[in-house]
Amino acid sequence: MSFIKAYKLQKIYGFGDAAVNAVHDISFEIESGEFVAVMGESGAGKSTLLDIIGAMSAPSSGQLWVDDIDIYTMPSEKKADFRREFLGFVFQSFYLVSYLTVLENVMLPLTTTGFGKKTKRDMAQEALAWVGLDQKAHRMPNQISGGEKERVAIARAIVNDPPILLADEPTGNLDTKTSREIVELLCRLNERGMTIIMVTHNPDCANSAKRRLTISDGMLVYDTQPVLSHFTGMVSPALGTNALNFSLMR
Amino acid sequence: MTLKEIAFKNILRRKAKAFFVLIGLSIGVATVVAVISFSDAMTGDINHKLEKYGANILIVPKTESLSLSYGGVSLGGVSFEVEEIKEEELLRLNDIKNAKNIAAAGPLVMGVSEVSGHKVLLSGIDFKAAGILKPWWNIDGKIPDENGILLGADAARLMKLSIGDVVSIGARNFSVTGILKQTGSQDDHLIFTTLTVAQEIHNKPGLVSMVEIAALCQGCPIPEMVRQISEVIPNARVMAIQQVVKGRMEALSQFKTFSMGISAVVVLVGSLVVLVTMMGNVRERTEEIGIFRAIGFRKSHIMNIVFIEAGIISVSAGIIGYLFGEGCARAALGFFIETSEHMMPLNMYLPAGSVLMALMVGLIASFYPAFAASRMDPTRALKTL
Repeated sequence: MSFIKAYKLQKIYGFGDAAVNAVHDISFEIESGEFVAVMGESGAGKSTLLDIIGAMSAPSSGQLWVDDIDIYTMPSEKKADFRREFLGFVFQSFYLVSYLTVLENVMLPLTTTGFGKKTKRDMAQEALAWVGLDQKAHRMPNQISGGEKERVAIARAIVNDPPILLADEPTGNLDTKTSREIVELLCRLNERGMTIIMVTHNPDCANSAKRRLTISDGMLVYDTQPVLSHFTGMVSPALGTNALNFSLMR
Repeated sequence: MTLKEIAFKNILRRKAKAFFVLIGLSIGVATVVAVISFSDAMTGDINHKLEKYGANILIVPKTESLSLSYGGVSLGGVSFEVEEIKEEELLRLNDIKNAKNIAAAGPLVMGVSEVSGHKVLLSGIDFKAAGILKPWWNIDGKIPDENGILLGADAARLMKLSIGDVVSIGARNFSVTGILKQTGSQDDHLIFTTLTVAQEIHNKPGLVSMVEIAALCQGCPIPEMVRQISEVIPNARVMAIQQVVKGRMEALSQFKTFSMGISAVVVLVGSLVVLVTMMGNVRERTEEIGIFRAIGFRKSHIMNIVFIEAGIISVSAGIIGYLFGEGCARAALGFFIETSEHMMPLNMYLPAGSVLMALMVGLIASFYPAFAASRMDPTRALKTL
């Protein structure tokens, strides 16, 4: 079961006077099956935090465990494997590959797996059916609407059934009605047991999440649901989890 | 969806760039193929022409004297202890390793005879071999049989003989069946008859004075053949006519070196075209590579995609380059070789070599773009858009 543990994560861009502390001393724990919204102003460090959780951007300091795996001690290729096996990504700008059909875009995460061609196709069709786009499997990305693109992106993120879904402003480019549909999709995925971490600055979307983390100036300033520390057996404080004592950590 | 399918679809999407790389590589391959094909064909043609120049290996009896003649002017000299070559020893020529490279071996027996009051050199030769060894001979009349003789141009003029005349040599009468047109060589002063008849007249049954060998062909290792012949006929002196051999080798070597230099430059330019285009291609695909990396493609997978693309284009360029180069070489040969008798030999290694070369150049030139693509930070790749 996935359990995300972050300890004193820090991400600094640049050097000396030009250094920017995008993420500063953030610690938290997320249980498997949680739906967490990460909120904050533009430039607060939400996406940077999501990149760190997504094993795509190493923190300047601090540690991150997922399912007891210390992510940033793994070599680069293992991190890629981890992303493929554990994570699904949904981006604000969809990032569909323009020269592949909807079905092929959804099949992408399966490309480097050992599944047979038919299995991959069936899995992609199933994911598309789940987001209601199985009839548009053979269209090109430029032949579908923005909301449909977001749904294709979700189908691509869930096609290999990862335990964690990371969504970066999934409704950022969508109208209210479509945004609601997308959030409903995410809620349904969460009901299936998938851990969802969604970066958003839309309060309506954030309300759908069971827990909200608020980031400001790179720091975690609010957490609606403190969780029991698995490291110390103590309850983490709501405002900043820096007090967690990791001294007994492996 | 496989890495191959992604690579193939990307090529189809960027047809113009793929075509540019294809053309760049194809020109490089075509140049090399054309140069090699042309060089091979020219080598064959030069060899064929040189074969027409006649003998290039001489087998003469061992002597203990130095020659005192130069350029046809004899200043005397003494040869002693000359041991003639036995005709039966010549059969051993068939046993040497490069026997198949011997185009013709012409034994020759010589001696002085008195013909119509003139002392002349009477030479017995194998007229069949002479056809290959002395292709410049132009005969008025016909080749003599056992009762006839062939006169050199000067010999006929000095002795005032013409075709049909009968002369006595020793105890036998011979009719003049043919007269050589002026050759500018010592042959103009000689009288020729068959080897057997001359051996009988000179009282040298089964012996020959020298043997001329034509062995100039592609890949003939003349010095090696000289060594092989020396081994099988130890009591004779075997000499290569070095001037012909070395001149030929040098000319071909210079031509090949120059051609390969040109080819190397063209291939280098072709590989730079691949490098620059593939690098541009990778930069344009920053978003795509970022997505691939984000959803779990390893660095090696990204490199593989670039290499597969380069591989597909390179193999195509190898095939196109080979066909184009071969076609160009054949077309160009028409201007350099008069007859189609010795057109380009089929080089079985060239098609495979062309594809292999294109593949190697394509993959090597794509290494840095592939490496750069694989090193792309997924977050940065996605955020730079």
